[in-house]
Amino acid sequence: MKPRRVASWLLAVAAFALDGCASTAAGTPGDPLEEMNRAVFSFNEALDEAVLKPVASGYQTVVPEFVRYTVENFFANFNDGWSAINHLLQGKPAAALEMGLKFSVNTVLGFGGLVDVAGAGIERRSEDFGQTLGRWGIGAGPYLVLPLLGPSTVRDTAALVADWQAIPEAFLEQGVERFALTSLHVISVRAGLLSATRVLDEIALDKYSLVRDGYLARRRYLVYDGNPPEEPEADEGDTREATPPK
Amino acid sequence: MFRRILMGLVLPAVQCVALAEVAPDAFVLQLSTEVIDAVKNDKAIQSGDVSRIRTLVDSKIVPNVNLQRMVVKSVGPQWRTANPEQQKRLTDEFKTYLINTYSGALTQVKDHNVKLRPLRAGPNPNEVVIGTDVVSRGEPLQLDYRLEKSGDGWKIFDFNVLGLWATDSFRSQFARDLSAGGIDALIDRLAEKNKSISGSKS
Repeated sequence: MKPRRVASWLLAVAAFALDGCASTAAGTPGDPLEEMNRAVFSFNEALDEAVLKPVASGYQTVVPEFVRYTVENFFANFNDGWSAINHLLQGKPAAALEMGLKFSVNTVLGFGGLVDVAGAGIERRSEDFGQTLGRWGIGAGPYLVLPLLGPSTVRDTAALVADWQAIPEAFLEQGVERFALTSLHVISVRAGLLSATRVLDEIALDKYSLVRDGYLARRRYLVYDGNPPEEPEADEGDTREATPPK
Repeated sequence: MFRRILMGLVLPAVQCVALAEVAPDAFVLQLSTEVIDAVKNDKAIQSGDVSRIRTLVDSKIVPNVNLQRMVVKSVGPQWRTANPEQQKRLTDEFKTYLINTYSGALTQVKDHNVKLRPLRAGPNPNEVVIGTDVVSRGEPLQLDYRLEKSGDGWKIFDFNVLGLWATDSFRSQFARDLSAGGIDALIDRLAEKNKSISGSKS
């Protein structure tokens, strides 16, 4: 499938999901589609457990660390270029220039991004199109768990149309190479998350809501570049009146 | 190296004096650098000894946390319905759970440095948000703290990993058990979770 076609398919899923929210009003605020989301979440988890996690673990065991870093750098470099464009779209010329510079330096001097030459000098500040839309004032919409892709929102799902034009896979013709590159991309990302998800599995009381809250807060945080406006304080159960346990 | 040992011996004695007029951002920087350095320099922790990390968190971080305020905020309105005995048990389990959670995050520390982000002044001079960036390979990881004035020093009453406040996350996860079986259900659940965590590793 061309990325564009995948994206329109995803939009269809999103539309279906939105449609569904009319009938199932129940659920946590910000997550009107909880019932459906939980189902997709379990599906993703089972698939991850059965296929992706074992493959990623194998990759981590077999492939030497410096090769894995090189692979990560290659994909991250493309992402830096895309981040520069998004910084620009968000009216942040300084950051755009910085990430653009990082992208150019690594592409030219770092053998097409294989080595992060600019690594020490310029910190990575990623921006995707979902953040740009958020910056433009478009709300996130309901939380959405996408099949295979995991946590998202309606806005971020729509933004994938643009984001997927900027990954290395998009520059290849459909075929074996593109499939191989996509697989490498997915496995590389998953392998980088192995230890983090292990911790997550260990501490979560309800993994679904932990992942959801984490994703939504993270996206909000990123849209505001780390300075989200304070939300009204929730009921603290009145600290002062509470009797301290003794 | 020798200097570090010396500091380790002298610091506790000096600490009460040193903390007297410490600024909140300096306090956070000192605390997090201390903890990360301790993790980096401990061979047992590096090789995956989780119980050592827990001891470290318990001795270094917990004394600087307003546990009471955190547990009340995480449980929400139902806290007031708990009797003193339940409140005590809940606080104990919560403390262990908090240590486990934070220790889990610390196992991810390899070669990191902590940098302060610019201070954000709030309307209340006795409460501040201090933002830090934990920098390593790749993208910096945001770790923010909410601090309240406590005597001459500061106490942490919430922390934020990558944008999510701990108490918000706890409340959302606790809500299921609270609505299903009230305070006792939550206590049992936390106890069970703590048991499975301490049994799974170390």
